[in-house]
Amino acid sequence: MHARNSILGFLRHTVLALITVFVLTPFLWMVSTSLKPPNEILTSELHWWPRQFHGYQNYWDAFTTLPLGRYLLNGAIVTAAIFSLQVLIALPAAYALAKLKFWGRDVAFALVLFCILIPFHAIAVPLFIQLHMLGLLNSYAALVLPFSMSAFGIFLMRQFFMTVPDDLVDAARLDGMSEIGIVWRIMLPTAIPALTAFGIFSVVSHWNDYFWPLIAISDDKLFTPPLGVVAFRNDDAGNNYGPLMAAATIIIAPLVIAFLLAQRRFIEGIAFTGMK
Amino acid sequence: MSDAVLQIAGIVPPQEVPAPQGLRPAAHRSDRARIAAAYALSAPALLLMLVLVIAPLFTVVVLAFTDYQLGERTLRFVGLANFRTLASAAVFWKALGNTAVYVLVVVPGSVALGLAAAMLIEGGTRLKAFYRTVMFLPIMATLIAMAIVWEFMLHPTFGLVNLALEAVGLRGRNWLQDGDTALYVLAVIGIWQQFGFNMVLFLAGLLSIPRHLYEAAAIDGARSGWDRFCLVTWPMLGPITLFVAVISTIRAFQIFDTVQALTRGGPNKATEVLLYSMYAEAFEFFRTGYAAAIAVVFIVLVTMLTLIKTNLLERRVHY
Repeated sequence: MHARNSILGFLRHTVLALITVFVLTPFLWMVSTSLKPPNEILTSELHWWPRQFHGYQNYWDAFTTLPLGRYLLNGAIVTAAIFSLQVLIALPAAYALAKLKFWGRDVAFALVLFCILIPFHAIAVPLFIQLHMLGLLNSYAALVLPFSMSAFGIFLMRQFFMTVPDDLVDAARLDGMSEIGIVWRIMLPTAIPALTAFGIFSVVSHWNDYFWPLIAISDDKLFTPPLGVVAFRNDDAGNNYGPLMAAATIIIAPLVIAFLLAQRRFIEGIAFTGMK
Repeated sequence: MSDAVLQIAGIVPPQEVPAPQGLRPAAHRSDRARIAAAYALSAPALLLMLVLVIAPLFTVVVLAFTDYQLGERTLRFVGLANFRTLASAAVFWKALGNTAVYVLVVVPGSVALGLAAAMLIEGGTRLKAFYRTVMFLPIMATLIAMAIVWEFMLHPTFGLVNLALEAVGLRGRNWLQDGDTALYVLAVIGIWQQFGFNMVLFLAGLLSIPRHLYEAAAIDGARSGWDRFCLVTWPMLGPITLFVAVISTIRAFQIFDTVQALTRGGPNKATEVLLYSMYAEAFEFFRTGYAAAIAVVFIVLVTMLTLIKTNLLERRVHY
């Protein structure tokens, strides 16, 4: 039995190691290439660690060939703006749907559920036309506004608020707090776990989004990181794989580092919001 | 949809907190103010739902019956002409077929790999957190950046894949430019990107299987791991697997990034997929009406899948 177990344990690690290799190879090859000089990249000889360390040069080139720093800043601005607006709009609505009785509430909630059903890709064309008519294409607004209202966020927070005891709300009312005050001073603090999960979901999906920025933005000053890395590839520097891989590394780094620092939160957050 | 979503993630406790009975202080006086507040609090969200979802949805359906072209000032209703063109366009059927093939490779692949990884990780005690972290990594990483890395790995002369194949005496290919392989290569990238998500759902599912079922199975003579899998794990995981498969289908169905960046539907339409067709018609050929018709087909298909998923989620609660 003992020998059998150790064989099984060995098999287990072998299969898991194989999957690990499949998962990690692109990451390792990317980082490895980002540290190599061109003559070690454009060669038919396979080696992982650079003989001549060319990392500084590649990363320097990544930041200077195209304004990569600018793209990262755009990404940060856009994701932060989207999440802030989503909270600002979703939280009061979620509170009203969960804790207040008003005529039309069921219709409003049905509307939320219906909006969740509609895939964003399918309404991109009319959204593009709308923004074009408003003269908002090629602006931060174009990147942010379409996502300012998250029906999924409203649904999620509404479900969460349903579990908050009414006593808490009533006590706040007795203290003379207004409804809007209850949203931000009572409900918001209780909702931090759900809000964190939604925040991770929101930031990850919009930092990584390629489809909408590709449609809405043509001015390279407004490029988000995904547009930036593709522009880099399509640029003259495209065959310059060292800096290109350095750019890819830089663009995935913020989320990967955040994930490694707070794995549990990220996995939980993505897993439960990903069921959308 | 339901609280099951939140319960699975452990964010909401399984039992709902009972609503307090009895008197509600000061209810009467402020009722009207509270109703006014309810409308004020939900108005911005409702308004934006109309502007950002309902109106565009209405527009896309209307546009599908017109010959509108991006940038034109006029449009004409053409009835079902766009859909008739679609039905007779070889490219559309090719795109639909390719999307189906992609889904049929990615879904079984990412579900099986996710399940295998989850069971192997749960099956032992060592390095659990390490494996889980590694396999989740592709979900965090910007897909488009990693697609470019994959493209470089698949480079016919300097790519890691061909170099590794040659090292063991096999001949490489020009994977992304070869009509026989391009779609399958994209599917492998899709599996690589998606399976970690499925693994996490399966891990949650495995943890929810009561221990005593395994003990009972052992008493009934289930000795090998395979017996335990057949008797307990699989029947218990069945519903989750179905759910995971539907979610994976919805995700795989929306393949766009890798196609747009790596193959642009080529070579010779070998990787033309539904969303890419829609994008190209709308933003490269400016045939907005026609693109809207593709969008309508897309909406119908995704909505059907989403309804199946919602149904599954609702059923989970009443287990």
